Amino acid sequence: MHLILFLVFAAFCLAGAINLLLQTHPINSALSLIVVMTSLAVLYLLLGAEFLAAAQVIVYAGAIMVLFTFVVMLLNAGREERTRGSVAYGVIGFPAVVAILALIATVFLHTTGLGDAAMSNNITTTQELSTVLFTKLLLPFEVTSVLILIAILGAVALARPHDAERTARK
Amino acid sequence: MTILQFFLWSLLKIIVVTVVLLLGVAYTVLLERKLVGRIQNRWGPSRVGPFGLLQPLVDGAKSFLKEDIIPTAVYRPLYLLAPIIALSCALISIAVVPFGSPAVEGPGGFHIFQISDVNIGLLVVLGITSIGVYGIALAGWSSNNKYSLLGSLRSSAQLISYELALGLSLVGVVLRAGSLNLRTIVESQARHGLLTWNLFGGFQFVAFFIYLMAAYAETNRSPFDLPEAESELTAGYHTEYSSMKFAMFFMAEYANMIMVGCVATLLFLGGWTSPFGNLIPLPQNIVIQALLPIFWFVLKVFSFLFLYVWVRGTLPRFRYDQLMNFGWRYLMPLAILNIVATSLWLAYK
Repeated sequence: MHLILFLVFAAFCLAGAINLLLQTHPINSALSLIVVMTSLAVLYLLLGAEFLAAAQVIVYAGAIMVLFTFVVMLLNAGREERTRGSVAYGVIGFPAVVAILALIATVFLHTTGLGDAAMSNNITTTQELSTVLFTKLLLPFEVTSVLILIAILGAVALARPHDAERTARK
Repeated sequence: MTILQFFLWSLLKIIVVTVVLLLGVAYTVLLERKLVGRIQNRWGPSRVGPFGLLQPLVDGAKSFLKEDIIPTAVYRPLYLLAPIIALSCALISIAVVPFGSPAVEGPGGFHIFQISDVNIGLLVVLGITSIGVYGIALAGWSSNNKYSLLGSLRSSAQLISYELALGLSLVGVVLRAGSLNLRTIVESQARHGLLTWNLFGGFQFVAFFIYLMAAYAETNRSPFDLPEAESELTAGYHTEYSSMKFAMFFMAEYANMIMVGCVATLLFLGGWTSPFGNLIPLPQNIVIQALLPIFWFVLKVFSFLFLYVWVRGTLPRFRYDQLMNFGWRYLMPLAILNIVATSLWLAYK
């Protein structure tokens, strides 16, 4: 059962990702990305990470992608133009991608202590997850939140009208 | 319990719940038309059947028989997909709602009054609701019409803004129950009936009012129904839709209202439990014992829907900038304050 679900949703995920690259219209690409994210959520669920799955749907598919489509709609972005592509990208690009993937795979395979994840009926409850987050991983967790705070402050600073503009508005 | 049994039971429950929900949708429309009619000092539909009770059936037949017009300039794939997304997201989330007492079990320990009992039930509801935005957003964009586009832009912005306040207002309740499971949340309020409901005993009435207002905005209902403000935008995002496709948006809106009512009932009004707690002893008859919780649940959802219609018949529509200001500058800080206050109180206890 787990294997069947995994195969189905992994296929969905890959199909969505390929479709994202092939589509010429930004809205279609955005929608394919949503398919990718929701299928990823199902894969998380198969690994027993229910909170992560829900957060994936609510935050990525439900909030961030809505903003993406919102911007696409607001700017009324049209179809993107197909170019022939440069020959150099074709020649260098594919070997480079293969090389990077190989590098990442080697690093992962040789690192010890990553622990393993298996598809199972065991579910990590929200309680267990938060216990780990707020005891063992407290520092990284808080540092991440500071990082997000910095991003928010940056956005506010960028969006704020400059002094000259503000006096002009008055 | 074998897998086959599980599938058959689940299928049966899904069919029954969907049929009841769709009937509920049809009669909520009638309730609204009758009630708004009385508020405006007229009768509302009264010709078909006794008291106009068969009106929803006739309305349904009418939308089926209307000509389905697809304008030439629409972006077809998304134009056709949008009402399906809207309606299916509105119908799916009912799957995690427990309607009746979990003590009533079918053969093999099977829960009769809930399609599936999920640990993170509340998050599932929020997640599915947040996907539902795409129905409206894509409908407006793919229609290739300025009113539709404006309606859907307004709607996406409004839904994103109010989803924050909505989610944050629920955190207080989750903190008190210590769980995201809807059944556990209800059981945490069951001890003394009305007095231990989150609305009264839990001092979550601030959260309740935030939820109420955010929910009106989330379901695009008056006084926050700007995405379909007919005086400015013709009909907003569904201007170009006709026949059954329009009816699907219509059904989605009412199904969402019912869902919001269910969540409010479960989280703030004690779900299926009786408001009198244990004051009135349960009758010995097992059928009544099973059906009484459902009666309380339906009554609570009904009163919530009544309130919806009442508000619609009473309050004028907000202006768009007022809506945004209200959401971000008042509702959200208030919701955050509520979380801080609730957690401080729980830590002190």
